[in-house]
Amino acid sequence: MTIDRNAKWRPTASLKAIKTRARMLKSIRAFFDERGVLELETPLFATGAATEPNLSSFCSGYPATSTQQTLYLNTSPEFAMKRFLAAYGEPAYQICKSFRADELGPNHNPEFTLLEWYRPGLCMFELMDEIEQLIMRVLQNPAGFTRLSYADAFIQVAGFDPHVATAADCRRCARKFGIEIPVGMADDGSTDVNDWLDWLLTQHVLPGLRQDSFTFLHDFPRTQSSLAELHQDEGGRTVAARFELYYGELELANGFVELRDTDEQRARFEHDNKVRSRNGQVLVQIDDYLLAALRHGMPACTGVALGLDRLLMLLCGAADIREVLMFPWDRI
Amino acid sequence: MASYNTNDFKNGLKVILDGDPCSITENILVKPGKGQAFNRVKFKNLKTGRTLERTFKSTESVEAADIEEHDVEYLYNDGEFWHFMEPESYNQHAAGAIAVGDAAKWLKAQAACVMVLWNGAPLSITPPNFVELEVTQTDPGLKGDTAQGGSKPAVLETGAEVKVPLFIEQGDVLKIDTRTGEYVSRA
Repeated sequence: MTIDRNAKWRPTASLKAIKTRARMLKSIRAFFDERGVLELETPLFATGAATEPNLSSFCSGYPATSTQQTLYLNTSPEFAMKRFLAAYGEPAYQICKSFRADELGPNHNPEFTLLEWYRPGLCMFELMDEIEQLIMRVLQNPAGFTRLSYADAFIQVAGFDPHVATAADCRRCARKFGIEIPVGMADDGSTDVNDWLDWLLTQHVLPGLRQDSFTFLHDFPRTQSSLAELHQDEGGRTVAARFELYYGELELANGFVELRDTDEQRARFEHDNKVRSRNGQVLVQIDDYLLAALRHGMPACTGVALGLDRLLMLLCGAADIREVLMFPWDRI
Repeated sequence: MASYNTNDFKNGLKVILDGDPCSITENILVKPGKGQAFNRVKFKNLKTGRTLERTFKSTESVEAADIEEHDVEYLYNDGEFWHFMEPESYNQHAAGAIAVGDAAKWLKAQAACVMVLWNGAPLSITPPNFVELEVTQTDPGLKGDTAQGGSKPAVLETGAEVKVPLFIEQGDVLKIDTRTGEYVSRA
């Protein structure tokens, strides 16, 4: 009998990585237990989906009944957890699978694991403090943490202010630094400036940060506010109360001061569907239960979603997400 | 004209870039959490053999290349074309000098080759990794010269010239690695 180590029935993660995942989960649960944060379990299926044009949900219709309903697999547990917050208002966390179609690569698997938690009463920077504590607990001897505004990061590394930049400004910056311009990024200014900012962020700004430590970028452009509140930054500009955590170029977490206004949230969902329509993408069903929960009232809170596979990649020194997944997308 | 969008990208996918058929050798997704996705892709140009890199916004699509790969047997050369046959279907293909390329040096009747066709026409031929060819011309080695270093040129039955050990004689059948063009052993 020959041992074919590449046989596709086998896990791609080593036994060591699998055991490290188990230890990491145990350590995370202990962390939240000590702090009195409740563990939740909410459905992975939903009748409403994330509307953002850059997110693609798996959907399924259940068969063999006279009426078929579209059900979506969650891109994150956010909507269900916010309904819990509106009902009971307690700090809570969840470790669960989330699903994003068409996201496959060295750092992406369409089915992946998120740790998501919500803290009524904590501001953005206090939540960042807690995230740092969690990471220090899990990684045991991690590198340092820096906090930088999205604007400062761009100004320092790319030399322009992202909150006022146009698509043309971004293109000029790409040319100046010899950054390849992807096929599909139009010359005529018709490409959304946020697509340019995303490209420059990944190709120039993140590589310009310290690669051996953690960076929080906070106060994102208002056009990238997603489900975050808007607020004024130090310069008096209206920005999104949103932050992201990176280790070097590796994106680890996304957090918000959570939007509570129902009308504003509905307006954002409807705007997203209009953009989808313009782009020729499928429209998604808006989550009316979330909107109803917001109308009832959700406490002021901040929340964050952290990619546990990515955290595990750091813990194991993995270069590819396959090293920490039991069965990645091509082995299911 | 069939086309693929970036979600279809995977290694081995055959597409047209700048008019040439290319095969994807690497496809890496770059995507901030709720941001725009991009694909950084490496290709091998199937016509020129060169590698190239290109990045696509994920909403882009590329034209599919009509590329087929077949196992074929070499039949003969009529002075202008090299003729091959698919052993299962008996389909025959005539390939010109450009498509045959370097493989011409190693082709003997019934050699099992791989042929790549583009829009039904032969694009390239890959000979078998190893071939056995007779030496048709080489200077005699010194008697008793079996394990000394040193080599001499030899001409093979296909006209190819290779470096061989001094003990090889005319009439010997040699095993040649076509990937390096080097003598391996006597067959």
